[in-house]
Amino acid sequence: MLSGFLKRLMLFVRRGRFRSDLDEEMAFHRAQAEREFAAQGMKAEEARYAAMRQFGNATRLREKSEEVVGFRVETVFQDVSFALRQLRRNPGFGLMAVLILALGMGVSVAIFGFVDAALIEPLPYAQPNRLVDVTEMAPGWPRSNLSLPDYEDWKRMNTTLSSLEAYGYTGYLLRMGLTTEPVNAGRVSDGFFRTLGVKPILGRNFLPGEDRPGGAKIVILPYGTWQKRFSGRANVIGQSVSLDGNNYTIVGVLPRNFVFAPEGSAEFWVPLLDKNGCDQRRDCHNLFGMGRLRDGVTVGAARADFKRIAAQLEAQYPQSNKGQGAFVQPLAELIVGDVRPILLTLLAGALLLLVIACVNVASLLLVRSESRRREIAVRGALGATRARLVRQLVTEGLLLAGAGCAAGLLIAMWTMMLLTNLVPKPMAEGMPFLSSVGLNAHTGWFAAGVALLAALLLAATPALRLAGTDVDLRNALSEGRHGSAGRFWRRLGSNLVVVELTIAVVLLAGAGLLGKSFYKLLHVEFGFDTTHLVTMDVMARSDHYKTVDQMVALYRQIEQRLQELPGVESAGITTDLPVGCNCDTNWIRIPGKPYNGQHNEVNDRQVSPEYLPALKAKLIRGRMFTENDDASHPQVIVINEALAKKYFPGEDPIGQKIADYKLDSDSIAEIVGVVGNVREGGLEQDIWPAEYEAIYRAKDTYFSVVVRTQGDEKALLPGIVSTIKKIDPEIGIQNEQTMEQQIDSTQAALLHRFATWLVGVFAALALVLGVVGLYGVIAYSVSQRTREIGVRMALGAQRGSVYALVMRQALVLTVVGLGLGLVCSVAASVLMRKMLFGVEAWDLPTLLAVVVVLGAAALAASFLPAHRAASVNPTEALRAE
Amino acid sequence: MAKKPDLLPGTLDMLILKTLARGPLHGYGIAQSIKRLSEDVLTVEEGSLYPALQRLLLAGWLKGEWKMSETNRRARFYTLTRAGRKQLGVEISEFEQMIAAIGRVLAAPEEA
Repeated sequence: MLSGFLKRLMLFVRRGRFRSDLDEEMAFHRAQAEREFAAQGMKAEEARYAAMRQFGNATRLREKSEEVVGFRVETVFQDVSFALRQLRRNPGFGLMAVLILALGMGVSVAIFGFVDAALIEPLPYAQPNRLVDVTEMAPGWPRSNLSLPDYEDWKRMNTTLSSLEAYGYTGYLLRMGLTTEPVNAGRVSDGFFRTLGVKPILGRNFLPGEDRPGGAKIVILPYGTWQKRFSGRANVIGQSVSLDGNNYTIVGVLPRNFVFAPEGSAEFWVPLLDKNGCDQRRDCHNLFGMGRLRDGVTVGAARADFKRIAAQLEAQYPQSNKGQGAFVQPLAELIVGDVRPILLTLLAGALLLLVIACVNVASLLLVRSESRRREIAVRGALGATRARLVRQLVTEGLLLAGAGCAAGLLIAMWTMMLLTNLVPKPMAEGMPFLSSVGLNAHTGWFAAGVALLAALLLAATPALRLAGTDVDLRNALSEGRHGSAGRFWRRLGSNLVVVELTIAVVLLAGAGLLGKSFYKLLHVEFGFDTTHLVTMDVMARSDHYKTVDQMVALYRQIEQRLQELPGVESAGITTDLPVGCNCDTNWIRIPGKPYNGQHNEVNDRQVSPEYLPALKAKLIRGRMFTENDDASHPQVIVINEALAKKYFPGEDPIGQKIADYKLDSDSIAEIVGVVGNVREGGLEQDIWPAEYEAIYRAKDTYFSVVVRTQGDEKALLPGIVSTIKKIDPEIGIQNEQTMEQQIDSTQAALLHRFATWLVGVFAALALVLGVVGLYGVIAYSVSQRTREIGVRMALGAQRGSVYALVMRQALVLTVVGLGLGLVCSVAASVLMRKMLFGVEAWDLPTLLAVVVVLGAAALAASFLPAHRAASVNPTEALRAE
Repeated sequence: MAKKPDLLPGTLDMLILKTLARGPLHGYGIAQSIKRLSEDVLTVEEGSLYPALQRLLLAGWLKGEWKMSETNRRARFYTLTRAGRKQLGVEISEFEQMIAAIGRVLAAPEEA
């Protein structure tokens, strides 16, 4: 066995010698035979021919001998070089096939890269699938924040988690050198990083007990902050940093790859420490929980555990905890739950595109193999066996697949980079997986799988074609009839085209529905004029503005200065900007109405008198706030229409009173106005009841400013920012942008825009490929039927009937493709219902538009060959063969 | 054109080995020898002969040597090796067993 292999190897290495030996041997053989014939009395010439005839095809004989001893490597080389020659002779075909394949492969691998990073690759923590998101649950609010007292009870009472940590958002005015700027920060319980399994690369973690009130002010830096603000100096540990005028000691630096998506923008991490006003109340929810399951405990068991505790607390604190349940889900769900449907939709779209690309290339190969029938027949007649011919075709298919996949990988890498960079920064902060998108083991395997499938398909198609037609070589050689083989191909080719058209319809319909959803999303009822409006978040030092009077003076000064700016129409102040979230709520109670303790959740905003008019919110009844609605006057309130409808059905709310759920005497306010529903929550969210209180009674140091301008609002932004800064250089300003920018960059808008564009691109590609496929089939069929058409025309067929003949074939294919596609697309749309907004899966106008677009494109594509058919010159067509 | 009967599968190797057992010969000589000895019944086609020779060389049953032929041209002469001689014995006994078996089948009386 081994010696045989070695001999083969020797022969392979010395194959030149082997071949010349064999040639000489055979030449000798022929010479001897020639002598013999001559001896029998033949003329020299005749003898030579007789010998050659007897000997047969020398090349074939040599090949057979080589097959015995060789590795077949040589024939592979031959096949490859022949295939390359073929492709070179027809570069258009090769280029087209490689390009289409590369596109399909590149796009699908790229999208898979995202799916892999987001849904398959676990979070960058120790045993990430044991981490859970733990929060409270309120009516109409499946995942609501957790109050600190509840958290402390939950932590103490649960039996299913090995640890439960809390985290919340906070912001500070960071002072470095002479500049003050607002920064986002995370407030966490001391075990937060230990529970995630994250160890600082410098310094230490928070230690148990370091989050208690009165503890030392310490801070841990994320890697990015360390690099950006401290130039990555190793001696930062022990140094102090000024946050809100307090010195915090840096105790640690987190690893580079650490990111906690819910607080992606946090630049500093501090322990919970001193309880703020909200922390002390069981009914003030400002935190979230994150925990690690004990070994063997399921998420379901943990959920049951927390529901039990929540019920217990509800019994114990019937006022604050009425209806407050518990919500537990895998932490991964919190981070990728929003993008999963989109990613899966995109993956499905990309795979469909891949299928269409493969089908397209396969049918290209088919057409080509059809036009090469004569060549193949000649090679068969010259002694090539069926197996050899098939191998040749398979080699060509593999070569195309190989080139296509190599190019596809390049496209994939480029697409992944492009898409990653397209994600806006605020959104990217919530998507930690983006950093791990790229070529890795998983995407590599996926790419290899796709490549293998493509190779199989491209190799199998021509091989099947050759086997399926049972080539009668002599018949093909004489090119007598196109009949049987043509029909076979026509049927297969037509079926492939129907598949392409069906997929194109599905993708077009998907893109249409997503596009319509996106449009509807951007055109929801806002309840205010979103144009010519700029917004920004403002933060003032709470140690500088300690009293309501000081604070109100600042509010008034800001509004006044801004209104003096040229181009500014009006300026107002609010605690929460619109198109944000249904959050910062209050539990209300209507004095004098029956109340059973339920939490009537309403959006609660403190606003200045100019705020609602600046938005151009519609006043429906009563009045807006005035300058007099401050602490020295009775407390009044403005409500939105939704609140009026829900809590004062069929009544006039003006003059009625609203209080908090405890009916605190200082919370009772008189309703003086009803405004139209201003969209406080996200684009895709329902309108909630809302109440507006006078901010001139409050001392919020963190607030937002809205400015209505006359002209280009973008141009005024810098002036507005510097005007506020001039009032107090230590004021921090963040997120200055136009309202339209804010709307465009909401998560819902971004996700929908992303999905719409990508699926739109897929659909456009699918449309082009499908129509090109249709064109190919019809054009081929016309070229095969030239003679028939010539006969028809010679017998008196009119041009019109020739058009009809060709167009009918195209029409049948298009109609079948459209029909199948519509059925499939309704099914597909039902599957992606989650991503649709304001559109039904069977949206008729969208489907109709798809039919029109595809139908028109298909007819245009078949018109060209039909025109060619109709311009056939009968005499030439008949003479052609 | 009428085809001559094919050799029984596997018998070509045996015939080549047997022919070479009588002494070294070149390819043409082997073909001629088989033809002559079989009284023109068996014709070894060149298309089968040379691949078979390569196969036997590879198996180590033959050795090839370039020598001068009777016509004063270089020719590759094949010689049986020791392993080849053993293989010839094996092939002959297998062949005889098969012939005997076929004979028994053919000799069976026909039943009505």
